[in-house]
Amino acid sequence: MAKSFWPGAVVLTLLAVLALFPSLFTGTDPDAADLNATLQPPSGAHWLGTDQNGRDLYARIVHGAGPSLLIGAGAVGLALVAGVLVGVAAAQLGRTVDQVLSRSLDVILSVPGLLLVFLVVAVLGPGGGPASVGLAVVSLPGFARVARAEVIRLRGAHYVEAAHGFGWSRAQVVLRHILPNALGPVMVLATVTLGAMIVAGSSLSFVGLGPQPPTAEWGAMLADSQEFLAVAWWPAAFPGAAITVAVLAVTVVGGHLQRRIERGRT
Amino acid sequence: MSPVVPENAAGGGETDMSPASGDTEELLSVRDLVVGFATGREYVDAVRGVSFQIGRGQVVAIVGESGSGKSVTARSLVGLAGDGAGVRAEELAFDGLDLRQVRGRRWRALRGRRIGFVLQDALGSLDPLRRVGAEVAEPLREHRIVPAGETGAEVVRLLGSAGVPLPESRARQYSHEMSGGLRQRALIASALAARPDLLIADEPTTALDATVQRQVLRLLRDRADNGTAILLISHDLGVVAEIADHVYVMKDGRFVENGPARMVLRTPSHPYTRILVAAALGQGRGPARGGDAAPAGPDPDPGRVVLRADGLVKRYRLPGRGAFTAVDEVSVEVRAGETLGIVGESGSGKTTVGRLLLGLVAPDAGRVEVNGRLWNELRGPERRTARRRVQMIYQHPLASFDPRYTARQLLEEPLRAERVPGAERARRVAELLEHVGLGDEVLRRRARELSGGQRQRLAIARALAPRPDVIICDEPVSALDASIQAQVLDVLADVQERLGVAYVFISHDLGVIRRISHEVVVMKDGRVVESGDIRKVFEAPEHQYTKALLDAVPRLHGAGPAGAQAILNPR
Repeated sequence: MAKSFWPGAVVLTLLAVLALFPSLFTGTDPDAADLNATLQPPSGAHWLGTDQNGRDLYARIVHGAGPSLLIGAGAVGLALVAGVLVGVAAAQLGRTVDQVLSRSLDVILSVPGLLLVFLVVAVLGPGGGPASVGLAVVSLPGFARVARAEVIRLRGAHYVEAAHGFGWSRAQVVLRHILPNALGPVMVLATVTLGAMIVAGSSLSFVGLGPQPPTAEWGAMLADSQEFLAVAWWPAAFPGAAITVAVLAVTVVGGHLQRRIERGRT
Repeated sequence: MSPVVPENAAGGGETDMSPASGDTEELLSVRDLVVGFATGREYVDAVRGVSFQIGRGQVVAIVGESGSGKSVTARSLVGLAGDGAGVRAEELAFDGLDLRQVRGRRWRALRGRRIGFVLQDALGSLDPLRRVGAEVAEPLREHRIVPAGETGAEVVRLLGSAGVPLPESRARQYSHEMSGGLRQRALIASALAARPDLLIADEPTTALDATVQRQVLRLLRDRADNGTAILLISHDLGVVAEIADHVYVMKDGRFVENGPARMVLRTPSHPYTRILVAAALGQGRGPARGGDAAPAGPDPDPGRVVLRADGLVKRYRLPGRGAFTAVDEVSVEVRAGETLGIVGESGSGKTTVGRLLLGLVAPDAGRVEVNGRLWNELRGPERRTARRRVQMIYQHPLASFDPRYTARQLLEEPLRAERVPGAERARRVAELLEHVGLGDEVLRRRARELSGGQRQRLAIARALAPRPDVIICDEPVSALDASIQAQVLDVLADVQERLGVAYVFISHDLGVIRRISHEVVVMKDGRVVESGDIRKVFEAPEHQYTKALLDAVPRLHGAGPAGAQAILNPR
């Protein structure tokens, strides 16, 4: 096991707890402005300083964990479920269905991802949910293709053949043998995608398409800090560090899981 | 390197039995070779002190079953023992060069140029993206064997001398376009391209059919007669006996016996060697069945036809134009409690016949009847129920088990499919284990934690679970070691006796077919060339091809032609 796994796993667990129960870590209201204490550097009263509205940065980072991580995690979750459904349908329901679904995926892939996300957010209106959906649409073809290829590969496996011989119906064979064994590579793709999706979610917030103010979100906090970068480094540095740490933890743990799944398959 | 031999080095008793070389010049000399692997925290010795020599023009064979350390021995001679392998030896000399001192770059000058290496898996050893000709040309160019302008001609010459027909056009093909036998010959051609002094061949014929095997063995012997030293690694004493001068029998990392091939075969002294000789001779395999042997089993109507196929035809469209007829007008009949052997070389269509019988492939013409009912007419749930009457055992049981399942789940699955209630299920699982001679301690384990023999027993038990009339066995013992093969065949015969199940037994191995079958069908190029009672076909073959097939079985030197007879006619 890689030495980096345990630190990564600890950080990831911490982030998950942070996202679910932010009030365990701070009693301060993340949205409480104090115009007498704007842009205060880190101190005993404000551990990570305050922003241009005098809001406590530590509280905002803690409360921002949920919205920030949820965009990426939500996008991966949606893309995974929808992608597997599409992939299995394409592989199992005959040539016509396969052609229709596969060409539709090609259409999605042919449109620049960024444009597509903007399009979805423009239709649904800005916010965390729409950002998730937009990113899910962009990453769906990858999941669908991997799932389709796995199902096609497993369809010819001897153990699937044997299962047909026991008299299971096609749907039962898919549920009992094909789907569970096809999930490995799909999960690998999910762990690889998650880090990228967290960054993408923060980027969408940065340009104002994510959760709307005053909701604390790391990408949005970065955007707010831009104007004051010359006089105050902390409103930019700490949310930036939070994003970096989160992505790093996800990548390390994801890489480890990937290696484990791949080892299990050989 | 000083030639001091420790007083009681392993294999010390072998000095009087070194290869009967006499005037041959010693090319490779190995003394007290130990190869260990670090697995986790443990350190396991795979090779525990072996010593041997090979002279020019000699064929030396190392024989042993899987896990005996024979391949590791071969690989350490060319520095390919693998990561984490510790190789130690008192002496490891090749033509005066100390191989223990060779590192990195210098290995490359040796491998391919002076020591050729042929692996068992020819498909895995040939680059799928390159034409075979380019593969053979590589060592020529790499080691500058012939002037650049003559490379093409030399490649064709090499392929031709390796027994590849039409070498000019074959050189332009990719490895996947060639049969296993041709691939193996191409691989041997590339290993011989640089005219190495020593050729190491690790199971060079294991994947091949009898007739092709014979050609490859002749090619190797021919190279040896031209002065190449050959180290042959095999699990099959019959193969080795065909061409080897000196045989080492390996077990658990040590040589248990060695001597001139003839002596080892005639007077095997170690019990393990006797098992191998017996396996190669087909002794201890019980009497052949068929003829007057009464169909066994508790079937109320013995001799009832449970599976019948008439005029089966299966064509496959080829890329481009034309079609390939894999199965052509094949008719077979299987009776309850009996075994029908289907024998033929790879590509003869025998596996396709099995799949047609199973209803996994639809025939282009002809009909398959299970218990008097036509496969083709059945649809939906009716077809699914009929499916249970015909089960399958594969060559590689591991691939036929869902990797996530434990043995218990594997055995319960067919019962669940029939909605057998829980208590009844447990009882039937216990019964199945008992039929195949497995203890219930295997139930908690996954198939990959079981040995090869246990896996195939588990596969038999699972195939029995739906209480089928017929089990199609596609090369069920071909991947097993000789001693395990015999056990699995015994289990199959025993189960048949008790339950009266019929088998369709597909194999390229004549000895195995002879032992298990009552009736036999000989296939070639998709057609049945001969069929009938097993004894009639094997003792008095009528068709030219059957005769050739029976002829090609490797003979044991010492035993002479009688040896081959013993394989086929154990009595």
